[in-house]
Amino acid sequence: MTIDLQPNIDRALIPVLETVADPEIPVLTVLDLGVIREAIEEQGIVKIKLTPTYSGCPAMDVMSQDLVAAFAKVGKEVEVELVLAPAWSTDWISEKGKQKMEVYGIAAPLEETADKEALLGNKKIVKCTNCGSRNTRLISQFGSTACKALFQCNECLEPFDYFKCLK
Amino acid sequence: MANTDLYNYILGIADNSLILGQRLGELCGHGPNLETDIALTNISLDLIGQTRSYYQYAASFSEEYKTEDDIAFLRLEREYRNVLLVEQPNTHFGFVIGRQYLFDVYHYMLMDELQNTKDDTLQAIARKCIKEVSYHKRFSGDWLKRLGDGTEESHQKMQEAINGLWRFTNELFELTESEDAMIKAGIGVDVSKMKEHYYAEVSLLLNEATLQVPERKNFTSGGKKGTHTEHFGYILSELQYMQRTFPNMTW
Ligand SMILES: [Zn+2]
Repeated sequence: MTIDLQPNIDRALIPVLETVADPEIPVLTVLDLGVIREAIEEQGIVKIKLTPTYSGCPAMDVMSQDLVAAFAKVGKEVEVELVLAPAWSTDWISEKGKQKMEVYGIAAPLEETADKEALLGNKKIVKCTNCGSRNTRLISQFGSTACKALFQCNECLEPFDYFKCLK
Repeated sequence: MANTDLYNYILGIADNSLILGQRLGELCGHGPNLETDIALTNISLDLIGQTRSYYQYAASFSEEYKTEDDIAFLRLEREYRNVLLVEQPNTHFGFVIGRQYLFDVYHYMLMDELQNTKDDTLQAIARKCIKEVSYHKRFSGDWLKRLGDGTEESHQKMQEAINGLWRFTNELFELTESEDAMIKAGIGVDVSKMKEHYYAEVSLLLNEATLQVPERKNFTSGGKKGTHTEHFGYILSELQYMQRTFPNMTW
């Protein structure tokens, strides 16, 4: 089965969608994160399909409330539907999003094989967000939120979050 | 096919995640160190999130309960269908890791198979969950090896936990009537067929962790049919406290 992974987003809605951020990583908009799978306007109502990053991610409820509030500002009513399929993947984070994430202090997800090596502690490949060195080590597979792991730089000693690859 | 079978089938899967999630949640602020504390509560969060997806689906066609919260908070002890393994207490860290690993191996196999179900919603949930569960299994497996092949004390405690939890493992593969009906309908997974594969995988890791694989005898079960161990009432009293004290309260 092939699944259409390109979200169906009405261009006219993008300016408002760009004002809604991930409450845990405020530099990322919902568009950067790739959680909006559909956003269309039908008979004056904006219909949004939102997909969770992780099943228990508490940010999803906040994002959905924030979407309603953002569109209310421009006088539009919103219906948010949570969809599970196809399951969210870190591949859906935009390139711009990954860059913003790094500047913010979170190392962006590596591709799947590299990610495994990094999380098993086999290879030093995760780049320190402070000094850029790849001489870093895994502190914990789980970090401050479900989507992150905790690393520390062996050069500058800075601890930092790494956004885990989810595929 | 009766809707009751589908409902019971969904709850049979979901209740494991709810109760294990609740057990792990008890460790919030009590983990042996900061990293494991955060890891265990992260796993708890994943499991409770998964539970929500299942309960929302079950509530969408249930005649008795209208919302996911009703299903989670308003049932009586005999109506919960989780296996006995997941309700066992957090005796010590070895038990927490042992319980998690013994469940994760099963959970991963179940989610892997459930991806082939004819039911679209269950398929979507399984495809979402398997990504999370593979991460849980990696965590619990790593710790099992570290503790088993660690110090004399950690080895002894890890072995004690495996010996204590082993008798609950066979229940994972016992089929209930609802499971039978759902397997026939092409919706459910025949977990009885996963059994040998499960014990082979677990034994391999126990060996690697220099631990003894207990004998496969003296198994006990009952949770899937609603007959729970003495620990269950305490879990429910904590889980349901708010709804029982302030009926219909919401966040
Ligand atoms: Zn550094």
